[in-house]
Amino acid sequence: MRTASEITALFTGPQVHRDVYTSPEVYRLEMTHLFANTWVFVGHESQTPKKGDYFTTQIGDQPVIQVRHSDGEIYVLFNRCPHKGTKIAIDREGNTGKFFRCPYHAWSFKTNGCLLAIPLKKGYEDTGFEDSESAKGMTPVGAVRNYRGFVFARLAPEGIGFEDYFGGSLSSIDNMVDRSPEGRLEIAGPPLRYMHKCNWKMLVENQTDTCHPMVAHESSAGTAVNIWKEMGNPEPRPPAMEIIAPFMSPYEFFEKMGIRTWPNGHGHTGVHHSIHSDYSAIPGYFESLCETYGEERAKAILDENRHNTVYFPNIMIKGPIQQLRNFIPLGPDKTLVESYIYRLVGAPDQLLARTAMYNRMINAPTSIVGHDDLEMYERAQEGLMSNGMEWVNVQRLRTGDEEFDQEAVENGTTERQMRNQFDAWVKFMTVSMEDA
Amino acid sequence: MPVTREQVIDFIYDEARMLDEGRYDEWLSLWLEDGHYWMPLDYKQTDPHLVTSLLYEDMFMLRLRVERLNGARTFSQKPKSRCHHVIQRPFIDEMREDRIVTNTSMHYVETRLDEQFLLALTAIHELAVVDGAIRIANKRVDILNSDAAFGNIQLLP
Repeated sequence: MRTASEITALFTGPQVHRDVYTSPEVYRLEMTHLFANTWVFVGHESQTPKKGDYFTTQIGDQPVIQVRHSDGEIYVLFNRCPHKGTKIAIDREGNTGKFFRCPYHAWSFKTNGCLLAIPLKKGYEDTGFEDSESAKGMTPVGAVRNYRGFVFARLAPEGIGFEDYFGGSLSSIDNMVDRSPEGRLEIAGPPLRYMHKCNWKMLVENQTDTCHPMVAHESSAGTAVNIWKEMGNPEPRPPAMEIIAPFMSPYEFFEKMGIRTWPNGHGHTGVHHSIHSDYSAIPGYFESLCETYGEERAKAILDENRHNTVYFPNIMIKGPIQQLRNFIPLGPDKTLVESYIYRLVGAPDQLLARTAMYNRMINAPTSIVGHDDLEMYERAQEGLMSNGMEWVNVQRLRTGDEEFDQEAVENGTTERQMRNQFDAWVKFMTVSMEDA
Repeated sequence: MPVTREQVIDFIYDEARMLDEGRYDEWLSLWLEDGHYWMPLDYKQTDPHLVTSLLYEDMFMLRLRVERLNGARTFSQKPKSRCHHVIQRPFIDEMREDRIVTNTSMHYVETRLDEQFLLALTAIHELAVVDGAIRIANKRVDILNSDAAFGNIQLLP
């Protein structure tokens, strides 16, 4: 296995080695180290609103259950019976009542994981069972934090704290939640599920790649603009024009939009404006926000038009349209993308309708925008196998050595956020390696 | 003159053939201007608006989809996909002068490069008769495993 110094050498600053996308060994190390040492998104609290409600997902390659315990708190447990390893729940969501019961031998567990009962318990008398790992029940993950409804977990029992890890980046979640007149979000239906034959990091990097929309998406966004012109620029614009056409904005638009990076790999596009800035106003919404926050604060909330915020390692949120995309690694060259949408509790339904429309127009396996993105990732995954060159270039607007431990705002077409992610990648890959 | 059941059934077969043969301009002309093509994400989904669907497209989006297929920079269609429908005889669930509803089981195959996939699906057509011709008022396509994770589905079932 590679050492910490060998992992560190994969990112030079201007370049990153292709092994980070293609090597099964590096992928295994990511699952062991990166996804254990970082705070990874699990689910939203509204997916498990009542006691006994659970939701199954994974952190890296680890199957976990998010469950609402009898004390009202959310727990995250490894989805494995401590007896033979059987997955305790395999449906995506449900309610288990007061306890989980393994379907294989009926061991049962409280919804915080503690062992409740075993049939024929006397078979374990005088066997030393009570000192075994299995007697503790289902294993909880290292740490869990519910931040304004968003549940994150760190698999490792020891490591960086939640606030230290996310720091100022939490302002993007704050803005998304503040957009509800009640300060609360609720999940709206199941996620889109889109399979990609590429490495998970390509998708994460693409979230702040502002030099691809007008190129890769010309066939959808450009054609939309042309059809609208041929129709004589009818107003109100068709919904597709509001959602898809801004992808054709010129480079200058994206340059001026700005990119902000935070320590530990987090960052966002759309500091000053974004492709979400020009959405039409929904009647009654601003008024209801004003009632909650007062006019000045309501304006400030809506003036933030952050485009994509990446929470390292593997989610992106869009505050202005209440969307979260989870880039779930399934292998070095396989990634499942789940795209969730949320209702702003107390806001008019038209906002949620626009959010649902955005999700299906842009992020569905049937989306004409998604088609070209997937095409680029999969071509890159195949192209990286070429031995003509071993390095990937992430040099755009890099001037000399960079420090990533301070927040920074730069030109919106910089690849600094990609470099920021690799800086954090090295840090959290190697922090638990023995020769670090 | 009202249309016959046989004409309705032929219409469903003809539409599938147009899609298989890529006769999209002809296909678009079958639609009423305020029609929607809906492909739900969830099994037995009832609401196209406030939860996500795979598709819920008006005529602007359908035209865009068709136009895009022929674009010089439509990278995901270089090379182009092809599709193939095998359809069961449609059930006619409603047959009124102003509204006809059919329910058709299909196997849909799409291919590009070395990849090919099969979807089992049910298409529900709401049809209207305008000036003696059958037109599509709305079309709903339920994929049997609509909640599964898919790669690109680029053409229309």
